[in-house]
Amino acid sequence: MMPTAVLALPILLALAASVAAALVPRRVSPGLGALAAVACCTVYAMLGWQAGSQGWFSHFWSVPALGVAGGLRLDGLASVFALLITGIGTLIFLYTARYLHDDPRSRQLVTLLLLFMMAMLGAVTADDVILLFIFWELTSLASFFLVGYHHESAEARKAALQALLVTVAGGLALLAGLLLLVQAAGTTRISGILEAREVILAAPAATPAMLLILLGCFTKSAQVPFHFWLPSAMAAPTPVSAYLHSATMVKLGIYVMARLSPLFAGEALWHVLLTGFGLATALIGTVLALRATDLKRILAYTTVAALGTLTLLLGIGSPLAIVAALTFLVVHAFYKAGLFLTAGIIDHETGLRNATRLRGLGRAMPVTAVGAVLAALSMAGLPPFLGFLAKELMYEAVAYAEYFRLAAAAGLFLVNTGTVAIAAVLAIRVFGGTLAPTPRAPHDPPATMLAGPLVLGLLSLAAAIALPVTAARWLEPAAAATLGRATGVELALWHGFNPILLLSAATVLAGLCLFRVWPALGQWLRARTLIDRYGATQGYDAALRGLTTLARASTECFQHGSLRGYIRLLFGAAAAALLLPLVLGGGLATPAFELVWWDIRYLAFAGLAVGAIAATRARTAFVAVMAVGLVGFATAVLFLLFGAPDVAFTQFSVETLMAVIIATTLARIPIPQADTRRRGQKRLDALIAITTGAAVSAILLAILAQPLDTRLSDWFGQYSLLAAHGHNVVNVILVDFRALDTLGEITVLAIAAFGVVALLRSGAARPGRAAREPAAPPGPVAIEPQTGSRDPA
Amino acid sequence: MRPSLILRTSATPILVMAVLYSLYIVLRGHNSPGGGFIGGLIAGVGILFFAIARGRQEALRCLRAAPTTLCGLGVLLALTSGIPALLVGQGYLTHQWFFIPLGDSQIPMGTALLFDVGVYLTVIGTVCAIFLNLIRR
Repeated sequence: MMPTAVLALPILLALAASVAAALVPRRVSPGLGALAAVACCTVYAMLGWQAGSQGWFSHFWSVPALGVAGGLRLDGLASVFALLITGIGTLIFLYTARYLHDDPRSRQLVTLLLLFMMAMLGAVTADDVILLFIFWELTSLASFFLVGYHHESAEARKAALQALLVTVAGGLALLAGLLLLVQAAGTTRISGILEAREVILAAPAATPAMLLILLGCFTKSAQVPFHFWLPSAMAAPTPVSAYLHSATMVKLGIYVMARLSPLFAGEALWHVLLTGFGLATALIGTVLALRATDLKRILAYTTVAALGTLTLLLGIGSPLAIVAALTFLVVHAFYKAGLFLTAGIIDHETGLRNATRLRGLGRAMPVTAVGAVLAALSMAGLPPFLGFLAKELMYEAVAYAEYFRLAAAAGLFLVNTGTVAIAAVLAIRVFGGTLAPTPRAPHDPPATMLAGPLVLGLLSLAAAIALPVTAARWLEPAAAATLGRATGVELALWHGFNPILLLSAATVLAGLCLFRVWPALGQWLRARTLIDRYGATQGYDAALRGLTTLARASTECFQHGSLRGYIRLLFGAAAAALLLPLVLGGGLATPAFELVWWDIRYLAFAGLAVGAIAATRARTAFVAVMAVGLVGFATAVLFLLFGAPDVAFTQFSVETLMAVIIATTLARIPIPQADTRRRGQKRLDALIAITTGAAVSAILLAILAQPLDTRLSDWFGQYSLLAAHGHNVVNVILVDFRALDTLGEITVLAIAAFGVVALLRSGAARPGRAAREPAAPPGPVAIEPQTGSRDPA
Repeated sequence: MRPSLILRTSATPILVMAVLYSLYIVLRGHNSPGGGFIGGLIAGVGILFFAIARGRQEALRCLRAAPTTLCGLGVLLALTSGIPALLVGQGYLTHQWFFIPLGDSQIPMGTALLFDVGVYLTVIGTVCAIFLNLIRR
């Protein structure tokens, strides 16, 4: 591999452009985006052209302290993705300029799209799992904001949140899986992980890692049962749908699966899972696509089907299947982005997106029709388009599949038939025949909007005609990177007359038949309302409701507003946490000691005992505070007698302050002086108090029974004066050796002070509110007897 | 209920003594029992006493800054005391020392003192923030 720092250039460029796009005038910003995308695309094209099977890498950036070692890498696989991201990105920016020309917020959209492009480029060129994860999550975040672009619509907000929750939850699973891999491999570099294949597969964490990573990929790439977020995400503006939710972001899951497939290839579970889920996703996506009427939803469901097909092909995992997958990936990106852009044009020009009501637009918008037909031909897999090659390869690969061969072949036939039918709907039905009335009179949009569909359609054609170049420069290196070795597959558009060609022809014929019955079929499918009632969306809604219910239940259980309840819970939990491990683990022990007849220090212990007993016998709160204060002072005396003057000193000050503060507060707040608890409650409190005391005593005795390890205190004693110029070891530890801990502690102190101030002020502003609403932040008056909390006292 | 004349009159000398003593405790803390934390508590007790004797407003006027500001200043001081170490290429919060010659002996000075003063201010701020807000009404 050849090293170069140029790899970071496009990422930085995209980042800089995203900032600039927010500052330049609104009319200029999409142009700026297009320029940035073109520049990035050129860099990747030049690097990719020269890289061959070797690839480029750069390790200029690393954080050894965090274990982040890797940098960026551009091999065949990354370069295909990078070109799709930047190339389609360019067309998207051009399109956006016109599509949102009267939207005052369009700059935001351009900025977000550029940020998204940066994140995607980072994700596909990262050679480090941490970097990959960060960029992965950035794409999810960008998607959240882009889906929720029309944030005034509740539907868009819900869709944005849904996409975020599903993909970010998956992202967390991915992170866990990647970290397991890192632990097994001992490196965060992806290339290093792939090299450590034998070690990783021998590790017990291999299977959990694979499952977690797949969970992440399945959510991102909308595999069943997580497919529901993708159609909802169509609430985004159409260029966003074309870019994120068909061509690039949803393929990130596919990318990671492809990237890691040299690692897991040969593992039966990997192949079974990918094949199974891929097939299920492809079939369900196709059925739902045939059922939908909204142009964008139809396209979204066919995207789900295509993502399923890609997963299926990666699951088959043979060289042929990998080549088929990468070819189909490119084909799909071309035609799907083109069709989305066409759908956007139709929506923009006619004000209508319902496929059942759109007819005969061809005469009114001929150039748009050309773009749509080009894309549809590639989608249907007709020669001489690249889609034809992809379909041939697919069938051939499935014929040699290891798992579910028959089911996969039959399923793929059905999926492709459905795809042909939908391609026909989008080209023949929408553009052919006589014009049906639409809200707005349709006509062709300006050139910048048409560029997308036309260029992408022509690319499907050109890539197939120049197949030797396409194959040698892009497809083969990408497939080799996915496979981990050269594929040895010879690509040719024309395979001769063979059973596969026959199958291809049968697919097209069956698809056209399906197209004839499409209106009736769609109606029949829509009448099956069971799908609406028990679909994955309903599952998501139910899960979200469940989460809210759980949160409410746990809040009501723990945040009930009764101070006494809080204290009981805190002490009870502390006692249990101390005692249970001791008792269950058999750690109970007492140190050896000899009892002497008389010692002056007994007096301090006597003070302790008198204070404690007095506190329990106290009739008023004031006396109780004083008694507890006595315990505190006796403890301070103990510290003093046992040679800890610093601690004693602090204890004295704290006790004084506590006594003064509590006494002052008690004098000002009118709480009943007498104890209002019932007999049972008193017994419970006594039990909790005794248990807590016993637990603390037990653990202290157990600690004392252990031989004292003095290495640390010796070290501190030795170096206190030498290294930190202080005789007082305690203070030297506080301000020097462990200064960072102290810094943390005083920060907590300051935050606590701010919290107290805020609470007291809010309580003063709204007296008694905390008493009526348990959900409101408790004010200072939330002292038991007046609050009317659910505590029976 | 108005505090007695004796209490009100003795409040000022007690406050002055408490603050001076707390400063002494902070300064000697590196070699004998003491330090920023204890010093802050002692000064806090002095201010509490003053507030009980003379009222909340007087105490706030004595402090010059709001208690929460003292907290912030303290944390900020402690935070910045670690920066000189970064400038000479050492780990954050590695305290730097220099020695002031004084006759035959030398007085060691260092960023550790800054850190301890930060702790001192934060503790005073916290004690006052809590107490002076409790006696608001």
